[in-house]
Amino acid sequence: MAPTAPTAAKSASPSQPSGKSEVADLKQQLRQLAGSRAPDADDQRRDVFKRVISCMTAGIDVSAAFGEMVLCSATSDVVTKKMCYLYVGAHARAHPDLALLTINFLQRDCRDQDPTIRGLALRSLCSLRVPNLVEYLVTPLTTGLKDPSAYVRMIAAVGAAKLYHISATACIDADLPASLKALMLSDPDAQVVANCLHALQEIWTLEAASSEAAAREIETLYSKPVVFYLLNKIKEFSEWAQCLVLELASKFLPSDNNEIFDIMNLLEDRLQHANGAVVLATIKVFLHLTMSMTDVHQQVYERIKAPLLTLVGAGSPEQSYSVLCHLHLLVMRAPMLFSSDYKSFYCQFSDPSYVKKLKLEMLTAIANESNTYEIVTELCEYAGNVDVPIARESIRAVGKIALQQYDVNAIVDRLLQFLEMDKDFVTAETLVLVKDLLRKYPQWSHDCIAVVGNISSKNIQEPKGKAALIWMLGEYSQDMHDAPYILESLVENWDEEHSPEVRLHLLTAVMKCFFKRPPETQKALGATLAAGLSNTHQDVHDRALFYYRLLQYDPNVAERVVNPPKQAVSVFADTQSGEMKDRIFDEFNSLSVVYQKPSYMFTDKEHRGPFEYSEDLTNLTVGAETTENVISAQRYQENDNDLLLSTSDKEDNGTRASNGSSTSTYNAPSDLIGSSLISSQTPAETSLINTIGPTSSSQSNFSLDDLLGLGVTESPAPSPPVLSLNSKPVLDPGTFQRKWGQLALALSQECSLSPQGAASLMNPQSLIRHMQSNYIQCIASGGQPPNYKFFFYAQKDGATAFFLVECIVNTASAKAQLKIKADDGTAAEAFSTLFQSALSQFGLS
Amino acid sequence: MISQFFVLSQRGDHIVFRDYRGEVPKGSAEIFFRKVKFWNDDEAEEAPPNVDGVNYIHVKVAGLFFVVTTMVNVSPSLLLELLQRIARVTKDYLGVLNEDSLRKNFILVYELLDEVIDFGYPQTTSTEVLKSYIFNEPIMVDAGRLPPLGPAAMFMQGTKRMPGTAVTKSVVATEPGGKKREEIFVDIIEKISVTFSSSGYILTSEIDGTIQMKSYLSGNPEIRLALNEDLSIGRTGSSSHDYRSSSGSGTVILDDCNFHESVHLDSFDIDRTLTLIPPDGEFAVMNYRMTQEFKPPFRVTALIEEAGPSRAEVLLKIRAEFSVNVTANTITVQMPVPSYTMRASFELEAGAVGQTTDYKEGSRRLEWNIKKARNITKEAGPVNMNFTIPMYNASKLQVRYLQIAKKSKTYNPYRWVRYVTQANSYVARL
Repeated sequence: MAPTAPTAAKSASPSQPSGKSEVADLKQQLRQLAGSRAPDADDQRRDVFKRVISCMTAGIDVSAAFGEMVLCSATSDVVTKKMCYLYVGAHARAHPDLALLTINFLQRDCRDQDPTIRGLALRSLCSLRVPNLVEYLVTPLTTGLKDPSAYVRMIAAVGAAKLYHISATACIDADLPASLKALMLSDPDAQVVANCLHALQEIWTLEAASSEAAAREIETLYSKPVVFYLLNKIKEFSEWAQCLVLELASKFLPSDNNEIFDIMNLLEDRLQHANGAVVLATIKVFLHLTMSMTDVHQQVYERIKAPLLTLVGAGSPEQSYSVLCHLHLLVMRAPMLFSSDYKSFYCQFSDPSYVKKLKLEMLTAIANESNTYEIVTELCEYAGNVDVPIARESIRAVGKIALQQYDVNAIVDRLLQFLEMDKDFVTAETLVLVKDLLRKYPQWSHDCIAVVGNISSKNIQEPKGKAALIWMLGEYSQDMHDAPYILESLVENWDEEHSPEVRLHLLTAVMKCFFKRPPETQKALGATLAAGLSNTHQDVHDRALFYYRLLQYDPNVAERVVNPPKQAVSVFADTQSGEMKDRIFDEFNSLSVVYQKPSYMFTDKEHRGPFEYSEDLTNLTVGAETTENVISAQRYQENDNDLLLSTSDKEDNGTRASNGSSTSTYNAPSDLIGSSLISSQTPAETSLINTIGPTSSSQSNFSLDDLLGLGVTESPAPSPPVLSLNSKPVLDPGTFQRKWGQLALALSQECSLSPQGAASLMNPQSLIRHMQSNYIQCIASGGQPPNYKFFFYAQKDGATAFFLVECIVNTASAKAQLKIKADDGTAAEAFSTLFQSALSQFGLS
Repeated sequence: MISQFFVLSQRGDHIVFRDYRGEVPKGSAEIFFRKVKFWNDDEAEEAPPNVDGVNYIHVKVAGLFFVVTTMVNVSPSLLLELLQRIARVTKDYLGVLNEDSLRKNFILVYELLDEVIDFGYPQTTSTEVLKSYIFNEPIMVDAGRLPPLGPAAMFMQGTKRMPGTAVTKSVVATEPGGKKREEIFVDIIEKISVTFSSSGYILTSEIDGTIQMKSYLSGNPEIRLALNEDLSIGRTGSSSHDYRSSSGSGTVILDDCNFHESVHLDSFDIDRTLTLIPPDGEFAVMNYRMTQEFKPPFRVTALIEEAGPSRAEVLLKIRAEFSVNVTANTITVQMPVPSYTMRASFELEAGAVGQTTDYKEGSRRLEWNIKKARNITKEAGPVNMNFTIPMYNASKLQVRYLQIAKKSKTYNPYRWVRYVTQANSYVARL
């Protein structure tokens, strides 16, 4: 069967052809060859086909030759056949009627003796993407799934997914998903199994939008029998299929700790796989499984450090960047655990600047008492770097470390040394930092001011730096001898200063200075206000006018406005919300981590993964009355800070309460870090199990509840509950939304919260946690004080029926509006009682 | 789920272009290429780009862009590994991976792509498995058109990062003589990163190493690869950067390592032997990382002094600290100087032969090229050195022996074990 090597000389070189004449020429040649029985017709055909594919690759439209290509398609030469399939697959859509002509020979090939030919033909047949040819697909697919050759079965499995995209009904009517599922659980060939899983996930995910049965089928994929069946075969799969199975396992909800340890032991050796994709997928499983077991979760961090660092060093620059982003995410979540590895994050000469930036952020995060000296010393080296953006980042990093409070003394000295470097941008960056530092640690003012006072404002060009200097001049004018005179000279140069930012600061600084040293500043104040009033920039003009009128109204009031006693800033606003970080963490081992954005921000809705949900839930109010403070879907992205869409905790130490009673090992952050760690060198099999021991979840429940001070230990419900709830209900947001739309309102009630409960709602997460401890899960929440809106769900123990609750809480009136919908309407009353009693307990300890 | 796969030349030409799902709008390759061109000018941009919901993930191999597009939030590592693997499989088939060989064999590459990915799902990337589905014979590019291979140039192909074995023979093609030469190559490639303080003290040092294998053995014999007996993995103690604990003891302590799937570690704990049945083609048997102190091949000291109001003198000394039998190649020393530098002049030590110095005005860098270094002796950024040292490895990790399970008495394939050390980031601060 092996074809002879084509002679390279004859027009085989695919130099980029161009133009329509080429296509016309090709058509001509194909026509001649169509019926040719010449002995070298096969070779010639091969050459012409090659040129067609070459044109296609170059982006030339060769669809005009479709008819001719089809005419030439009857060949026994496999290489030519494959080229023909490739061409037909790419163009059949545009020529549905001509594509019909190919069906014949494809169907015939599907029955060929050689499994390779059968497989190829089936793959091409399914790739035609022509809706009116669907009828010809079903039979070959059904037979293909039963083919004795694994190669054909593997192609048929993917073919089923292709068919679904062409015609969903044809695929479902032929009951292909059921065949796929059976095959997945029985086929001896690992790739067939993997392809079945690919196809089923794709079909059922799409199908779930309209069918509850499909949603249930998806849940069975994540069920113990399926997950364990696949995990036990993990070594038979190709690396790529292993990643698929691992991704599936990361969504598995284990019912007890033993299952978790079983899975982790089974996958332990995957962590030393040379393929980074397998390692990251395994890490995701470990992280997600142990989410509710704080100590183990922490040991997982210890265990995965070394493999991750090895991957950073081993792959191509692109691969190391991707791994480094994941490492960055972990470092930001649990900086303490990486504090001894700081040297691994030093910048290397060859690192591109985006890598250096990540490393600088990590160094900043992990700086603590033990390593600050070394880290700051290293960062100071970068400050002199010729790469200006990195030098800037390095200086900022030093400042941030100082703001984190570790040995501020020494760092202030370093910052002040930067000022001596006499580089424009270094000075500017440093001034901004010194300003922030003073806002947080006013006690350092003396040291800083002595140095800052010596800087001539003429040497600073950058508005940010200048503005910072002016702020300090205003704020500390009583301590800086010549502050009024410096400000005065700045005012004289008002016209040369174009930045509105600097002008605004100048206005305020002169005002402040005026109240502290009136005689010396009076002249400057008049000049400043005059200059400001004649300014065309709206903000500058308005501020000048405001100050002017304020002074006119009452100088004492003005002083109270401009120079109030200030409290040191304790925490600077973080740029990315904890919620956002949590969502990115949920999407570990995906592009979200590289982009540092949750996937809803960069992916179309139809392409989102299974984690995606929630922003639509806010639309659920359609039909019901709308609440003003529920954020609309449009405003959602801007207001991410306010939204509490998942059930996760905000604590940044890596602990997260996952669904259900697993909140049980929730612990105070400081305790976690202090507890002794297992050294990462011991094989994790032993360390993971020995230390933790199989604490039963009920026991740990008690300790936790105490810790949280919820007082639930005494009685989850005042009287023996009529209704008991499933501790680990699983409901995906899509289903929630659909159910909410379908079910009728069972109950609508108003109840009150305890005053303490209303006060605790300052942090809505606390309510979510509280309800979780009562087996009531939150699926989405949002709102701003005083109105919050939550969607909860719960499941009757031992039954499939769900309860859905919309709960609007007004913290001002301490009232909650409840809307309850239930699969089983008869139990709604009982559930309502339970829900209300849980709610009334909130905040009471 | 991969939507498309394509390979672009440095000028943006499509070399192969395969659409698997028909969901990405037209022109994606052009959008990608424009993005990438834009970065080269301004490195601030971060890879990989996302344009209108399409994610572009790429690797650069042999000057070519291997790109996949996807609409889904997938694992970037998976796609990057897959792209690297596709490049590697292609190289296994074509012997040489470059624009020329790809253009000549684009039909074969399409054949490969058909089997490697189906409907956007990765299938198999094993050169061996693929063999039975690939019907094109590779067209060999003229070896004469490749740059001459010096003793070290064989390691110098591709990117600086981690070169593959530069054996330019196709794994699948039958040779002119009809009989395949039975041979196996094992390369221990190390990238070293060292930072010297201004006083010559080593601040940080790290080795990222890999044991690459390329097998041309027929019949899949089992291979035993023995490493240093005293090799230990995983550093003890709390800090992974404790230099005092291990110096001088002579044992090789790796921080961590990972292995190729085919490697059996059954006897690894006992006698540090790796057992494997090597798959066809090129692959990494083991990757490792070491932060244990090691003797750097070069000592670099840099001294800068102000020699007048607008003049500075830099004294740069480089001392090779390896045996006279070993020769380092293509050594360059670079040093960024302030942007206001007007002029630079060099003085080489008497007796320096075959060395050149240059001041690159555009990039404000001093360059000093040394063709070969045995034991020899230049304002203001850290000094960075680049070099390659064949038959030298800094970690002292050794392949004690390479044993091939014998099929017959006369079966004695060629075995090549080679070492090379490259500078990754070799920096001396001022």
